[in-house]
Amino acid sequence: MIAEIGHYALVLALGLALVQGSAPFWGAARHDAALMELARTTALGQFLCLTLAFGALIQAFASSDFSVRLVADNSYSGNPLIYKIAAAWGNHEGSLVLWVWILALYGAGVALFGRNLPAPFRARVLGVQALIGVGFIAFMLFTSNPFVRLDPAPPDGQGFNPILQDPALAAHPPMLYTGYVGLSMAYAFAIAALIEGRVDASWARWVRPWTLAAWCALSFGIALGSYWAYYELGWGGWWFWDPVENASFMPWLAATALLHSAIVVEKRASLKSWTILLAILAFSLSLLGTFLVRSGVLTSVHAFAIDPARGVFILALLAVAIGGSLLLYAWRAPRLQGGGLFAPISREGGLLLNNLLLATACATVFLGTLYPLLLEALGGPKISVGPPYFDATFAPLMVPLLAAVPVGAMLAWKRADLAGVLGRLKAAFALTALVALVGLVLTRGSGVLAAGGMALAAWVVAGSLIELAGRVQLFRLPLAQCWQRAQRLPRSAYSMTLAHIGLGVVIAGITASSAWRGEAILVMQPGDTASLAGYSFKLEGIADRQGPNYVARRATFIVTRDGRPVATLTPERRFYPVERQSTSEAGIDTGFWRDLYVVLGDPAEGAKAEAGAHAVRIYDNPLVMWIWGGVAIMGIAGLWSLTDRRHRVGAPAAARARMAAAAARA
Amino acid sequence: MRRLLYLIPVLVFAGVGIGLALGLTRDPSILPSALIGKAVPEFDLPPVEGLDRPGLSSADLKGQVVLVNVFASWCIPCRAEHPLLMRLAESGVPIYGINYKDKPGQIGAWLGELGDPFRRIGADQSGRIAIDWGVYGVPETFVIDAKGRIRQKFVGPLMPQDIDQTLLPMLAKLNG
Amino acid sequence: MKHLVLSLLLLAALLAPGVRAATSPDEMLADPALEQRARALSKQLRCLVCQNQSIDDSNADLADDLRRLVRERLVAGDSDRQIIDFLTERYGDFVLLKPPVEPATWGLWFGPGALLLLGAGGIALHLRRRRRAEPVPLSAAEQARLEALLGASEAPDRS
Repeated sequence: MIAEIGHYALVLALGLALVQGSAPFWGAARHDAALMELARTTALGQFLCLTLAFGALIQAFASSDFSVRLVADNSYSGNPLIYKIAAAWGNHEGSLVLWVWILALYGAGVALFGRNLPAPFRARVLGVQALIGVGFIAFMLFTSNPFVRLDPAPPDGQGFNPILQDPALAAHPPMLYTGYVGLSMAYAFAIAALIEGRVDASWARWVRPWTLAAWCALSFGIALGSYWAYYELGWGGWWFWDPVENASFMPWLAATALLHSAIVVEKRASLKSWTILLAILAFSLSLLGTFLVRSGVLTSVHAFAIDPARGVFILALLAVAIGGSLLLYAWRAPRLQGGGLFAPISREGGLLLNNLLLATACATVFLGTLYPLLLEALGGPKISVGPPYFDATFAPLMVPLLAAVPVGAMLAWKRADLAGVLGRLKAAFALTALVALVGLVLTRGSGVLAAGGMALAAWVVAGSLIELAGRVQLFRLPLAQCWQRAQRLPRSAYSMTLAHIGLGVVIAGITASSAWRGEAILVMQPGDTASLAGYSFKLEGIADRQGPNYVARRATFIVTRDGRPVATLTPERRFYPVERQSTSEAGIDTGFWRDLYVVLGDPAEGAKAEAGAHAVRIYDNPLVMWIWGGVAIMGIAGLWSLTDRRHRVGAPAAARARMAAAAARA
Repeated sequence: MRRLLYLIPVLVFAGVGIGLALGLTRDPSILPSALIGKAVPEFDLPPVEGLDRPGLSSADLKGQVVLVNVFASWCIPCRAEHPLLMRLAESGVPIYGINYKDKPGQIGAWLGELGDPFRRIGADQSGRIAIDWGVYGVPETFVIDAKGRIRQKFVGPLMPQDIDQTLLPMLAKLNG
Repeated sequence: MKHLVLSLLLLAALLAPGVRAATSPDEMLADPALEQRARALSKQLRCLVCQNQSIDDSNADLADDLRRLVRERLVAGDSDRQIIDFLTERYGDFVLLKPPVEPATWGLWFGPGALLLLGAGGIALHLRRRRRAEPVPLSAAEQARLEALLGASEAPDRS
């Protein structure tokens, strides 16, 4: 019954989306207020229907209703409740329901909070959103129905992949999709602007909060996935340049570029046509990611079940959404008028450099991901592109970008004094050189790249702090006045500084954990002690234990440093009988400066097996938590910026009312 | 002229789209053989213990067109393709086997149950010879011509359409 | 009894084919320099039965075999290049995680640099063209209007 309600809700949502995707365009063209208003009501209606559908799906999973095929295939009665719910979106069909639900959520957001947008523009934005919804809901109803029933219902389900039974991974898809789908807003805004034939500063102001929200969610989502890979997959790696990882990284790079170029559109009414193109491309890359994961065209750890028929449907969707929007761009973008002129050395120039490097980086990842496929399609040899390629091509692009971060933030608009800016960054230069020197000395001259990486990180952090200090005139004015200035600075200023600092932290984490990682691979039996990086790891014992839905062999390690206890680590090898799969749980001691990471390997063979000897891998990962900590800082900075009063464009209306009331009373 | 520049994004997308469409028709996990057209690697495998079949060496692969099938008793798709191999053997196609990483006792029972299409079977217990053949999974089937050159490789269990559309025509052509 | 069943299940699972830990101690070579080369090479070679892993990271049987093969050949004195060639002869270029630089992959390797140069060049051209664009001179009527406006307003000098 619940599943049928969910199914009907989907059909209803499709109907509403069809209306929302047609009438408002007509209404906007003819300035028909009623038709334009239809956009808002259908958007809210769609959200309600999809909430019902999503709710029905979650209910089916939570109550373990195995008469629904999706539940039988992806869950089972022994699954802990939180993972029963996570199983709802841990598969192809269910994740599509999540996708369109978030799309409808954003649409409802515009319907409710987009009152400051002119009616025709809002109508078109909602119309575009609805058309995307039509595509995806139709895809679901025709090829991937989540509510298909099984008759007779099996007594229990197939199980839930034990690797996915994890809190970080349960949260990963919702966070990621909030990001991917959020970029559809920027896309919709771009299409609406192209239809209207103009882009002005207010467009950029409206686009920023939506893009920022999507960017924050995407950052958190990628970080969750990466952090999960680090602690779950058992060898401490956190990024593999896997096609599906790249599929989430490309929209992130495009969205970052978009956030920066929109600033130029807002402040100087320049770079309009490029920004519109970026907004279209960012979401197009999200759609491309959807295709790559669900079509079976590339092998990946992350890919859902292979089904070329579904791939054809999504490709058709892509052709319409991406091809159509890019055709519209080719036709209407020349109409967009250029804005203010600027010298190459200026804030605009700096942001342009930022965009050039980010766009090239994004294109590089695109190339690396799709080249093998395209080469083979053209009849060429089958090659594979892995981390060595990306290390050689992506990393060099990041160096000039990072070097430019503090400089660009301090350049004036229109025409800037580069020498002056560099002069103000003297202190940062000094710190950078010091860090580089220390790095070279500590590694005895061999770690040039590592020292360079740490130096770059220091440069970004120090430079950002100097920029902020400059704004409040620290050390130049009395502290009281500096404090006053600081209080009056807009939130976006602080979030920029914080975001850039976060970036520096990430770079430091990546550099240190890659370059200075310690590793020890050996056979140990209870009573043995290994040492690494100044720590002693004593294997106290190995025992078997029973978990809620698994059987585990657990090793207990006492970790000490100079005799003082540091941690007790308990790596495990788990076996899930229902799914017939094994996982390895690493024992990790998370620290600010380093992670200690122990993995239990296979039992030793031969004579040693008697004594309970096992292979053990021990790692020391310096600064590895800075990677995700830094991304978290960037995401929080973005969220902080969203609370800036200037984004709450409803506020001026309230302020005006207050002023009018005050004037009336006076 | 400048207007044409605005067409670049859509043209790039069109190219990528065509590539993706072509990609949908392929299976990304299948690795084409690097040894097609090359001579069979030199090897000499002992016979499987306890089985009344001679072993297999590269010298045995010259003089006639043969199929070499890499299989194992623990391999489930091998069971699925086995009846097809039996039919090919009955129709006169010489088939030799490379037994990959198997336990000697198991193979006898397996062949007894499913039938034995192999005229010779080499036991590759370490899997090292299979690596020389570029094998990365079981089952795989190779077509060897009379000069001892690898002409075709089938990855995964043989399917009826592979046999009808590719294998039999190739055998006919090679046999003159 | 339950303990026995548990352990048996676990043992079966742990010893089942395909459930091996990557780079185990019994594979490692005694000579640290050779072992380091082995690890570096393994990181460059794709595990053919995995989804995007190197043979260094992978649990698979084939990855295990290939790791041992790499070490055997290192001990036998092969150079890195020879070992890579050995594997590409058998498995093609697909086994390499770093694609070779050859005409088929020029687009891949030179693409990023070419795009960067194209982009930078395009921006430079665009900026130069914009700055060189002369403002259109005013017509006589527009000039007269301008003078009238400037003369009429008594706006203070705000320079």
